[in-house]
This record gives sequence, structure tokens and C-alpha cells, in this order.
Amino acid sequence: MQASDRFNINSQLEHLQAKYVGTGHADLNRFEWAVNIQRDSYASYVGHYPILSYFAIAENESIGRERYNFMQKMLLPCGLPPEREED
Amino acid sequence: MDPEIAKTQEERKRMEQQIASLSTVTFDTEFYDSTGNRYEGYESSIAVTEEEETVDPSLSDVPRRLASYTAPQSLMKDIARSAEEHNSNNNNNNNNGSGLNETSRRIIDREDEYRRRRLNQVLSPDRVDAFALGDKTPDPSVRTYAEIMKEESLKREREETLREIAKKKKEEEEDKERGGGRKVEERERDEVPAPVPKRRNRWDQNQDVDAASKKAKTSSSDWDMPDSTPGIGRWDATPTPGRIGDATPSLSRRNRWDETPTPGRVADATPSAGVTPAATPSGMTWDSTPKLAGLATPTPKRQRSRWDETPLTIGSATPMLGATPAGPYTPGVTPLGGVELATPTPGAIRQAITPEQYNLMRWEKDIEERNRPLSDEELDSMFPQEGYKILDPPASYVPIRTPARKLLQTPTPLGTPLYHIPEENRGQQFDVPKEAAGGLPEMKPEDMQYFAPLLSEVDEETLSPDEQKERKIMKLLLKVKNGTPPQRKTALRQLTDKAREFGAGPLFNRILPLLMQPTLEDQERHLLVKVIDRVLYKLDELVRPFVHKILVVIEPLLIDEDYYARVEGREIISNLSKAAGLATMIAAMRPDIDNIDEYVRNTTARAFSVVASALGIPALLPFLKAVCQSKKSWQARHTGIKIVQQIAILIGCAVLPHLKSLVEIIEHGLVDENQKVRTITALSLAALAEASAPYGIESFDSVLKPLWKGIRSHRGKVLAAFLKAIGFIIPLMDAIYASYYTKEVMFILIREFQSPDEEMKKIVLKVVKQCVSTEGVEADYIRSDILPEFFKNFWVRRMALDRRNYRQLVETTVEIANKVGVADIVGRIVEDLKDESEPYRRMVMETIEKVVANLGASDIDARLEELLIDGILYAFQEQTSDDANVMLNGFGAVVNALGQRVKPYLPQICGTIKWRLNNKSAKVRQQAADLISRIAVVMKQCQEEQLMGHLGVVLYEYLGEEYPEVLGSILGALKAIVNVIGMTKMTPPIKDLLPRLTPILKNRHEKVQENCIDLVGRIADRGAEFVPAREWMRICFELLEMLKAHKKGIRRATVNTFGYIAKAIGPQDVLATLLNNLKVQERQNRVCTTVAIAIVAETCSPFTVLPALMNEYRVPELNVQNGVLKSLSFLFEYIGEMGKDYIYAVTPLLEDALMDRDLVHRQTAASAVKHMALGVAGLGCEDALVHLLNYVWPNIFETSPHVINAVMEAIEGMRVALGAAAILNYCLQGLFHPARKVREVYWKIYNSLYIGAQDALVAAYPVLEDEESNVFSRPELVMFV
Repeated sequence: MQASDRFNINSQLEHLQAKYVGTGHADLNRFEWAVNIQRDSYASYVGHYPILSYFAIAENESIGRERYNFMQKMLLPCGLPPEREED
Repeated sequence: MDPEIAKTQEERKRMEQQIASLSTVTFDTEFYDSTGNRYEGYESSIAVTEEEETVDPSLSDVPRRLASYTAPQSLMKDIARSAEEHNSNNNNNNNNGSGLNETSRRIIDREDEYRRRRLNQVLSPDRVDAFALGDKTPDPSVRTYAEIMKEESLKREREETLREIAKKKKEEEEDKERGGGRKVEERERDEVPAPVPKRRNRWDQNQDVDAASKKAKTSSSDWDMPDSTPGIGRWDATPTPGRIGDATPSLSRRNRWDETPTPGRVADATPSAGVTPAATPSGMTWDSTPKLAGLATPTPKRQRSRWDETPLTIGSATPMLGATPAGPYTPGVTPLGGVELATPTPGAIRQAITPEQYNLMRWEKDIEERNRPLSDEELDSMFPQEGYKILDPPASYVPIRTPARKLLQTPTPLGTPLYHIPEENRGQQFDVPKEAAGGLPEMKPEDMQYFAPLLSEVDEETLSPDEQKERKIMKLLLKVKNGTPPQRKTALRQLTDKAREFGAGPLFNRILPLLMQPTLEDQERHLLVKVIDRVLYKLDELVRPFVHKILVVIEPLLIDEDYYARVEGREIISNLSKAAGLATMIAAMRPDIDNIDEYVRNTTARAFSVVASALGIPALLPFLKAVCQSKKSWQARHTGIKIVQQIAILIGCAVLPHLKSLVEIIEHGLVDENQKVRTITALSLAALAEASAPYGIESFDSVLKPLWKGIRSHRGKVLAAFLKAIGFIIPLMDAIYASYYTKEVMFILIREFQSPDEEMKKIVLKVVKQCVSTEGVEADYIRSDILPEFFKNFWVRRMALDRRNYRQLVETTVEIANKVGVADIVGRIVEDLKDESEPYRRMVMETIEKVVANLGASDIDARLEELLIDGILYAFQEQTSDDANVMLNGFGAVVNALGQRVKPYLPQICGTIKWRLNNKSAKVRQQAADLISRIAVVMKQCQEEQLMGHLGVVLYEYLGEEYPEVLGSILGALKAIVNVIGMTKMTPPIKDLLPRLTPILKNRHEKVQENCIDLVGRIADRGAEFVPAREWMRICFELLEMLKAHKKGIRRATVNTFGYIAKAIGPQDVLATLLNNLKVQERQNRVCTTVAIAIVAETCSPFTVLPALMNEYRVPELNVQNGVLKSLSFLFEYIGEMGKDYIYAVTPLLEDALMDRDLVHRQTAASAVKHMALGVAGLGCEDALVHLLNYVWPNIFETSPHVINAVMEAIEGMRVALGAAAILNYCLQGLFHPARKVREVYWKIYNSLYIGAQDALVAAYPVLEDEESNVFSRPELVMFV
């Protein structure tokens, strides 16, 4: 960061952004981003009741079960992280 | 002849006395004339109420003496200092207490006696860090907790012994007075005032001090010879700034080791050795010796050493200093000549030199220089050669040889009592301090002793690493203290970065003495405290040995009158406790808890409360419990309970979880044997109850009974405290109990109504307020039981004189009125509106105003109404000074509350107003005009339009007023009338009024401008048709000037007025004027013009303005083009969704602007795009917006903060208008770009997108393919029923 924008609004903005889980940065890799996407998606499914009931009909499950499943899937949505190749 | 001589003698005597008093005399009060304690007249504990903590600093009675932090004074020294020196020369003894120097920035100048006691504190030697040691036994050379505790107890014992001595002496005296023989009753120890000035230095206690203090009564005099001190080496730990190589620490000013007699002095003392002070307690012989202590030290209160009593004869014995005529302060040499003198002289070393002393010395030196005997040559050159004859001195003439007399005449500090002609040195430059080398900031004289080594050029290579480090620290500190802001900044950073490398010891040994410097300024203290704060973070657990030292300098901040200093102090202590840990903090502060000095205990209690809030109350509870139950000394209990009080004050409602335990810890204090402990306990309970209100009554159950008993058995101060506690507990109770307890306590309160004690009065008022406002206390009860006594005792003239009483009484009465209604209260005091004392009338008026404003006037019957109006008119007319507008506000409030009922009185009121509008005094005229604006609405309600018209004409005639304040008020009054009666009915008619206002628009006074533009704007808005268009154009030109106004309100009113005028006479002419104004240089003017254009466009529909505006963009001039763009930006902001009709029209212009080379073009165009996008969101203009986004997007890599901001905001606007998915698609191309610079920008956009519309993105995320072990796809999204 340049000295000039250490104090301007942009730095505050970035600080603010950094407080949200799910925001990204230049070093984010494919896996991490995908995990965020998955979690956001599940959170969205659980948060919108009509979508949840739609999925429930499609999968022939109860709505509660669907919600439970989605929440469970948020734990490791994409499986284990790949081995980091050391650089 | 004789009377003349007598007169001269008398005069001389008086002068001697003056000079003697100038440099104050020290008595050894222990042995001589022990008439009383220095502090006898003072409170030995702090006030019952803790105002300074709770009162908002801006409301404090004393105007704040510290305005703000500014640049270090050294930068303004040339002007400020010389003036200050002048002052201090004239009244250098006048500086304490009343002689507060308003302009001075030095902390000491705004401190009172009590706060100044911080200077009595001593930086103690380092202490051992028990944690660092582990299981090892501490080195005998370091001080452990046990040693400190032992010293403390010794000191206490010593104090008691001295007190005993004093008591005995007093008794003996009394016995003698009564003829002796009779036995005097033993008194309570507490009541005996200690006649001995307290000796607070813990470091002058050696192991045999106990014996020593006893021996002091006997004639032994060798007990404080240096040889008998065990472990003198330990004092070496304290640094002696500026005097390296000196074995004795100079900072511990009252250290006995400083008082070690110099060999010379011992020799001098021997002639009088036969009469050692101890041997002659009556001190008769000693009275004959001149008191020269003034020379030795101007701060006499701490001197008790008998060595001070010997005439200071160093000068005569060894006139070393006399050789340098510059006196004690020779530039280049360390101040005070401490180095030249092998052994320190008491006066010189003990006290850090203050500018006053310095000035005093310089001044005396100067006087002496001028009054020196003239040499023969000089006399020859002065007198004519002829006509004079040199006579021989008469045979009987003997020059005066009594050195003491000479000394008294010219108290030259450290000078020669026996005069010797100084060597002439014309080339010597006095008072020009030597420049510090190497770009260091200037030093002030008082800094010399700390930074003197920096003055000498030393080859740093030759120094040892430690010395180099010292020097480096000193340089950095000097830069922080006196340097320019950039110097300060870098120095501070270096200190922080290298803190661990420098080490805690060297750092604190340099910083802390600086903070003890008596001449410190606020700014300097602020900076040094900042250094400590930064260093603390870095050093962490390494600070442990220095905790107590740091506390000694930081604790005084906690009772500073400046709010920010208090906050700063708290922050440091809280950081310190986090760094050092609870155990260390307790170990460091425990010895101070029962210190004999109340000041130390007070500050320690406050510091402990900060520790509690930093580390949590539960951690401290066991310790507090133990302290509060201390059997050994009441001081410890007192301090412990005070800590609880401070905790409550500091952390407020956060005490609730621990309320029960805190109350339990202190409750036994209510029945303590010591009165002070009982008082502080009650006060602490009050603080706890106040902090926890309205919850937590259960926790106070256990103390109700003792409090109850207490208020019946105690008197005076204790009673006041108990009442306060009850007053704060009652509001926590349920209604039934509150009512019961109120009734019970009321007996005593009513009895105390009559108390003459101010403190008691305030508390009683406060308690009454608390009780009355509590639910469950019935109005009838208040009316019958409280009111009669209350009014009889409190509503008296005397109460109006003290500001705090005044405020408290008004508050309490308003609270009572809330319960019993308006009529009761107003009925009782309305007569007093005609009282002869003006402050009292003002108090009555303020109360009536508040009561009526709160509760309205419906309770007031016809008779009371008459009385009220009558009284108010009387009070209003009779006022002589009303700076706070109390009378005006009261008048306005009452008239507005009465509403239509004022009608019968309006002619009378208007008569008064008219008469006063014609008054000679500007203030009166202004007030009369203000009153019109307050009551205009009511006059309208009373249908007195004719009267208002009349007033309008009168005001119109006064528009030639020359005082701007008054003119502003008159314009305000006209505005109020116009607002109420409307344009058509206004007299004088608008067409006459407005031309009269046009020249007033030129007036540059803010108040005039504001009221005038408001009035003109109002007329333009409502009655533009009454005025010809030409007049409006003229006003337009005047208005352009107004855009320069500093006050935002004026500028806003002006641009609004442009809108109204444009509406009235059509936009073309106004617009032409405004567009021309875009060419001016001033930025603020242009900005306001663009706003005005936008407003014109808004009021007259954009299509009337846009063609001309867009045409103006073709002018090839940056300012104009930018002005047009800015106008567009404001325009689209104001018109909102109306913009959908114009977006296609302006798109080509914006395209052009977004491709311009000039940054500002792109920036302003981007912000126009933002407003446009936000305005037309959802209105089907996506095609144009996407087109514009394509022009905005390439700007995302701009680095200029304003541009990038505008661009980002434009993109945000687009997100709203186009949807998050569209922007995400723009983003995806760069999120994983190979170049980091690109990725960073794109992720930033992604993040703000994500925060703005996280949910909406779910549907738009790209489809990622699964990898071998990872599932990236989202199958749910393809489900289909």
C-alpha cells in the first residue's frame, strides 16, 4: 500500500471488507474461493424458505431434513483442502 | 535629620523583608515555633462529592485553562517566552493559587496546591521482578516487596512518633499556659493536627530510622551523617540526569543524602556547634542567625534538615562560582554548577531549576551587576575633571563586614556573600544557550539538566556501548519533546522500534525524570506519555521492575483537571497492568495503599480502579477484600473502600455483575471506628448505587440498616455522606419502599435544610431531587411536608450567588415541579420575580422557564397568570446584564406556553419592546428584536396582526442599525413576522422591504448574512411576484458573493434562493449568471455555483437548463467543463428518477468526459454516472447504463484516491441498477489474473460486490468443475421438478 492511501477511505474500506468471512484477496486460490461459494450457496438455500421447500419436493425429503443436510454440508463443502505445493 | 534616618531605616527594613519573602525563609518547624501545620487550613481529604470525575469537562465551573494541544512552545518561544518572563519577574511568588497565568501552557500553572503535591513524589529505585527470578533468592542489592513494606511501616511509625512528639509538646505548652501541673486529657490521635510538615520521602528512611527519630529528641547529631547509612549504593539506581558521576541522586529531592553536609559546611557549622538545634529546642539563639534558606531553596515546606539553618557560607568559603559572573547558570556548563562543586549544595541540587528561579537569579544577577560599586576609573570617566575633589574617607569609617546583612540585601543565589568585584568580561554573551549539535531541537533552560551531555561534542566512537545508547535515547527524547512534528514522528518511531534493544532501564531512567520536571507543558507531557505508551507495548513484561516508577509519574494524570489527560492516564495504567500483570501491579501499589500521604492514597485508589477495569473486577476482589478489612491501619481500609468507589465511577453499570460482592466488601466500613472510613464507605455506596441505577437494590439490602442508624447518629460530613448514599439507593427501590424510606429520611433532610455547610446543602438538594423523582413518592406528601421548609430554606438570595448551588437548586425545583405541578411551584416563586437582587430574579426566571417548558401553563389560573406576566415584564425590564439569555428564554417560554391567554397583555409587551428597540444600549435593542422573533407565533394566535404589522414597520425603520449583532436580530424578527402573517399582509409591503435588503446582503457579518439570506429566500419563495425581475437579478449578483461565506448554512440558503429566484423570473437569466460564474478561480465559489445550477434545474425542470449547460461543456476550459460535469452530477442526484428522461441526452457528453485525459473529468463524470445509475435503477435504462459502465470500467486501475473512489462508487451504483450478476461477470475476468496488481483491484471490486449483494451472487457464480477429491459443483441449482 502506498503511503498516501494509508489514511484515506479506501484503506478503511478494505479493513471493513476484511471483516466479512467470504471476501477474498489476491492470494485466494481456487479451492478457497470454491469453499466460500459453496457455503454462501448453502446459506442462501437455508435462508430462503421457498427454495428450501422446492428442493424438498425435488428430493422427496422433509424440509427440516433438507435444512439439516445443507447445514451439515457447510462443514466441509468441497472436501479436504488439496495438498499445498510448497513454493 | 533623625526622622529621615528612621524613615530610611524603616524603608530598608521593609525592603529586606520583601526580598526575604521573595525567596522565602525556611524554619525548622519541628524545633522552632511549631505553631501549626502548613496544611492546617486545608482539607486533608478530598471533597465529599466527586464532581471532577462525573462532570462533563465543558460544563465545569472553572473555565478550562487548557485550550488545546498545539505545537511545542519552543517554536513560539520568541514571542511567548519574553512576555512570560516579564510576568514571572513581576510576580514570581504570585504564581500559586490565585495568580494563575491564563496564557501559560505549563501544567504547574493551572494546578492547585493539592495537585502540585505530585512533585513531592519520588521515583523509587527499581524493584525486583519476582517472576523473572523464578526460584532464585533475590540479590541483596535489589529491592524486594518485603523491603518496601518494611520501609513503609518504618515510615509510618516515624510519622506517628513525630506526631506523638508534637502532641506532647503541645500538651506541655498548654500545661505551661495553665500554670502547669494539671494533667491534660488524652486526645484522639486523629484530631491532633500534625504540626510537623510531613516528610513523605520513603527513601530517606534507613534501617535505624526508628531509633533516629527518637534520637532526634536527644542531642545526638551524627545520625544522619552519610557514614551511618547502610547500603548507600542502592540509591545509585536512581538516575541523575545531567549530573553523571554524581554519587547522590538528585531527583529524589528530599532525599537525606542530598542534605549531607559538604565538608565546607561542616566546618562552617562548627562555630555554632555548641548550639545545635536539637540542643535548644526553643531556638532562641538560632533566631539570631540570619535565615538564608531562601537562597538555599525557594520551596521551604519540605526542608527540615538542621543543616539548612546554618548560614550558607559556601560562597564565602569557596567562592568558586563567583568566578563566573553568569552565576549558577552558565551556558555550556551544566546548570547549577553541580559538577564544579564537588559536593552538592542543598538548595542547588535538591530542586530542579524552574524558569522562575532561573529568572529570579538572572534578574538578581542583573541588579547586582548594575549596583556594583563603581571603580575609580568609572568615576573618573563620569565626572568632569575639574571642580571636584577626591576626599579621604573619614577615619571612623569602617566598611560593613557582616556578611549576613549583605546577603539579605542581595540574595544572589550561590553568589558571593562577601562582594568581590567580578572580572569584566564584555565579550561574554549572557543567556544565549549554546546550540545543540547535530540538528537537535533547541533546549529550554530547564531542559539543560536532563540533556546537558548532548551539548558537548563527543566523538561517539570513543564511548562505551552503554553510553552510546544513553546518548541515543537522550537525543531521541529531546527530539520528541522539543522537536518539530516530523522530527517528533521519526524519533517516536525509532524509540518504539528499538525499545527492546535500548532496554527498559535506560529508557525509563531517561523518560520518567522528564515527566517529573516541574515546568512541563501539557503538550510535552502528552508526548512523553505517548512515548511511554508505545514503549510499553514493546517492552511487555520487561517493565515489571519499573511499574512503581511509572505509576508515580502517571498517577497524577488521573486527577488532572483536563479530561484528556485523565483519559490518557487511564490508558497508560491499563496498558501497564496488562503488560505487567496483576501480581506485579498489586505488589507495586500495595505499599502505597496505607501511605501516610493522602495524596498518594488518593491517586493509588484511582489507579487501582483502572487496574480493576483493565484486568477485570473478579481478579481484584480477593485483594480488595483483604485491604478493606485491614486491621493494621485505617488508611488501608479507607483506600480499599475508595478503590471500590473509583471502580464504580469508572466503569458505571458494568459493576452490576459484581455489585453484591463489592457491597459486601465495604459494608463493614459503615460502622468503622474511624470517621473518615465511615464517610468514604457511604460515598462508595452512593457511587455504586448511582452506577447501577435502576437495578441492583437486592445488593444493598445489607447496608440499609447501618445507613439508617447512621443518619440518626451522625452529624456533619459523615451525615452528608450517609445521606448521599441513601439518596442514591432510594431510586433503586420499589415504589412502596421508596415512599416509606423517603418519608423516613425526610425528617433528617428537612432538619439539614438549615445547615450552613455548603457541601451539606448540595447533598441535601441532590437527595431531595433523587427522592422526589422516585416513583411512589406522592405529590400530596411533597406538597405538605417538603415544600414549605424547602422554599423557606433554599429559595433565598444567597443561593443564587454560587453557581453550583444555583444549578442544583434549579434542577431540584424543576424535579419537584414535575411531581407537584406548575401552579404550586410557580405560585411560590412568582413574587420573587420582583425581588431586588438580580441574580435571584434570574434564578427564579430560569426555574419558571424550565417548569413551564416541561409542563405547560394549563395549571396557571387567571390570578397567577397576571402575576406571572407582571413579574416577567418587571424582571425583563430591570435586567442589567443577561449574557446567558435567561430572561429572554424565560419570557419566550412563558408567552408560548400561555398561548392565546397572552392576548390582553400583548399591547403592554409590545410597548415594552418598542421602547427597548429604541434603547441606547445595543444589547437591549438586540434582545428586544430577539423577543419579537420568539413571540411572533403567539401574536398570530392572538390575532394581533395589526400589532405585528406595526412592529414590522418599526423594525423596518431600524434597518439602518449599525451594530451587526443587532441588525441580525432585527432581520430575524422581520423574518419571523413575515413568516407568520404572510407576504400579502406584510407591512411594510414586500416591494418596499426587499430593495432595502439588497444592500444589506453586502454585509459580511455572519449573523446578518444568515438572517438576511433567510428573509430574502423566504420572500423569493413566497412573494417573488411583488418584486420586479430586475431587482431579483440584482440580488442574484449579490448572492454570488454570498457563496463565499464560511458558514455552510449561509451557502445552502443562498443556493436555495437561486432556485426560488429562477422559478420566479425564469431560469434563463439566472442560469446565464451562474454559468458565467463557473469561470472564476475560487473553487468553493465554483462548487456552490454548480450546486445552484443543479437546484435551478431541479426547480425549473431539467429541460430548461440542460441545453445551455451541455452547450457550456464545449467551452475549452477545464474549470468550466468540470463545473458542467459537477452540475450534472448534482443535477442527477437531485432529480432522482426524473433522470430517466435525460439519460440518453447526456450519455454522449459523459462518454466524452470518461475518455478525457484529465483525471478530474473522469472522476466527476464517474460520480455523475453513479447518481444517474442510482436514480434510474429499475426504470429500464439498462442499455445506456451498460454502455456507460464500459466507459467507467477501464478506470478501475486509477490510483488517485478521489478518482478511484468515484469509480468504485460508480460501479456500486451500477450494481444497484444492473444487478450484481452483471458486475460479477465484469469481475470474473480479473480475479485470477496472472498479475497481482490486477488481481488486487479485481478482488477489491469483488469484495464490495460481495458485501453489497452476497445473496444475489449465489445464482451467478461460475460453474466450477469437480476435481479428483474436491466437489466444486452445485448440483442443487440444476434440480428441476
